[in-house]
Amino acid sequence: MRLDLGAIAKAGSSKANQTGSWRNYKPIFHQVKCIGCGLCKIYCPEGCVTMIEKKKYTVDYTYCKGCGICAEECSSSDIEMIVEEK
Amino acid sequence: MSTTTLTAPKEQSCTLLAPGHTACTGCGEALAAKLVLGAAGTNIIVTDATGCLEVFTTKFPQSSWEVPFIHSLFENSAAVAAGVEVALKALGRQNEAKVIAQGGDGGTADIGLQALSGMLERGHDILYVCYDNEAYMNTGVQRSGLTPFDCMTTTSPCGELSWGNKHNKKDMPSIAAAHGIPYVATASVAFPKDIENKVKKALSITGPKYMQIHSPCPLGWRSKPQLTIQVAKLAVQTGLYPIFEIENGKVTKVRKVTTPKTPVEEYLKIQGRFAHLFKSPKGKEEIQKIQEIADRNIEKYGLA
Repeated sequence: MRLDLGAIAKAGSSKANQTGSWRNYKPIFHQVKCIGCGLCKIYCPEGCVTMIEKKKYTVDYTYCKGCGICAEECSSSDIEMIVEEK
Repeated sequence: MSTTTLTAPKEQSCTLLAPGHTACTGCGEALAAKLVLGAAGTNIIVTDATGCLEVFTTKFPQSSWEVPFIHSLFENSAAVAAGVEVALKALGRQNEAKVIAQGGDGGTADIGLQALSGMLERGHDILYVCYDNEAYMNTGVQRSGLTPFDCMTTTSPCGELSWGNKHNKKDMPSIAAAHGIPYVATASVAFPKDIENKVKKALSITGPKYMQIHSPCPLGWRSKPQLTIQVAKLAVQTGLYPIFEIENGKVTKVRKVTTPKTPVEEYLKIQGRFAHLFKSPKGKEEIQKIQEIADRNIEKYGLA
């Protein structure tokens, strides 16, 4: 590894870490009862929940660590955490 | 003179803290940083003290920051930010970017306190954000000046002769306000819109600003990762973490606690760091002392 003066790193390069491999529980976004409040997206510490369209959210499993905050905070209980077996 | 752009290009992803950072599952600090950046936008330059936030976002040679970011040492986040702000002024480019200094509770209230005090005293146009997870989490949960009373950490263990941290949480917002700065605020990750409003308001004010955000740490607090928001919410609702704004020395806005009052037990019992208080009958007296801290906060800031 080459160390430049001041050890400069490229912006946003952490996307190379696929932290989804850490996951023990996997959130399933049913997209049925969703009222579009967006709390899953706001509260996600990874910033990996995105809105596809109104009342339809999805999660990027490449980065989701499975903390379960989205499922816990979902105002219409439309997100389910399931055990993920690898 | 070079015309390098100071700030990040606008077409970046919607979150300015890129995924792939190595924060623990359910990290409150990662969420707080994401919210602060989201509210501040791309025209900022940020500095960060050593601590969890710096470690999990900059696993060299990678970085999660989509905005210009500088890490130097544990104690000098505020001093480095002051240098950046003065440099911008010297170049006549102060209108191109706002400066945000960041630190954890240890890097703010203990190790970085003198650098922060100097920055506030000199009147730099900087927003200082303290992510308060109430101990040195990065190095393995050692107590800091912002660790609450009776909290168990590795350096304030509980046992026959100890109930954990025997000191009260340092009143950092009051210390900042005592410098006579225009804006001081506390916030919590449980209320993201509040964080957004406060960051935007702070950045619209010229001069030094201090903001402290309560950020639960599932690892150090021994709480379930999915309960991060619940824990943060209960801290506010019980009065243990008062949410307020101080403008030019006067408390101007507070977030009220619930009526009827939520007992502190509700907050304490979902965290392993306070589990020792529930194991013996004597613990009830200690919980009563914590309730008194909450009651004092409610009275002091008029939260009821």
